[in-house]
Amino acid sequence: MRLLTHNMLSCNIKGVSNGFPLRLEAEKWVEKEVELNADFLRGIFPKIEWKALAGAARAIGYDQLPDEADASMLDSDDFLRRFHHALLELHVEEGALVCPETGRRFPINKGIPNMLLHEDEV
Amino acid sequence: MKLKQLEGLLGSLQQFSNPKVELEQYPTGPHIASRLLYMAENTFGGISGKVVADFGCGCGTLGIASALLGAEHVIGIDVDSQSLEIASKNAADLELDIDFIWCDIKNLGWRDQSVNTVVMNPPFGTRKKGSDMEFLSIALKVASGAVYSLHKTTTRDHIKRTALRDCSAKSAEVLCELRFDVPQLYKFHKKKEVDIAVDLWRFVP
Repeated sequence: MRLLTHNMLSCNIKGVSNGFPLRLEAEKWVEKEVELNADFLRGIFPKIEWKALAGAARAIGYDQLPDEADASMLDSDDFLRRFHHALLELHVEEGALVCPETGRRFPINKGIPNMLLHEDEV
Repeated sequence: MKLKQLEGLLGSLQQFSNPKVELEQYPTGPHIASRLLYMAENTFGGISGKVVADFGCGCGTLGIASALLGAEHVIGIDVDSQSLEIASKNAADLELDIDFIWCDIKNLGWRDQSVNTVVMNPPFGTRKKGSDMEFLSIALKVASGAVYSLHKTTTRDHIKRTALRDCSAKSAEVLCELRFDVPQLYKFHKKKEVDIAVDLWRFVP
């Protein structure tokens, strides 16, 4: 699971009003290089919840993202590289996503988060 | 990539080994999948460089086709873990990076408009009434650009009405009519193989 996917996901347990962002507990992750697409990064930047991305990146030991970001930073190649790396090149293989409100853990195995809800959570 | 080439690659994918009737698991054939994606990309520019989600991805055919056509990030979602295992293997065999999520579409917790395009071959709702519309209404929430989907031609009027009225789609148009090959997968299938008419739809949220 890439951090871009993490940035979209929220907890959907019935009654939870503040299920985003899911806290990332990473036990195992891998890096896979992909070509940087600056147009894509500029296009998706406004949709990214920056604090969630920076927090998730830190959870897997990547601390090269600033705490805050605004669109003017997209002119910097250095910023784009870091943004690209965090968003698309880090893959969480094993770990869990934890609901910030209820503490419910959604395990990640072989890169796939298990977001199935129990009957009493629907 | 040429259409024939795409169709050929999709033809090599492994499909359901033990299809589950309650989930209406029918493989999306290479012919129909390649045409859906080709139209989404070549006519509407909806795939290359975009974030694409494959709802009810099964063995991953539509998501894999999206990745082959240059989608920047693809997410396949399915409720069945066996399908996801096959889908992961299919993607790995073609050296594609696709994210998969094990989740029931109707319980998906996603930020609105977080993807550009949703591609899907949803359950047609023949076993569980309304499941196709459930998929569509959620797809129209998470997509910012368009939803490409297959539905039975016999339900055309109903789909159009529901999309525009209940799901507040800006537009709902049938791009073309295709034949969906249904091989004899389940015991209740009396005939060896039938094909049913399906519409390829484009919905704009």
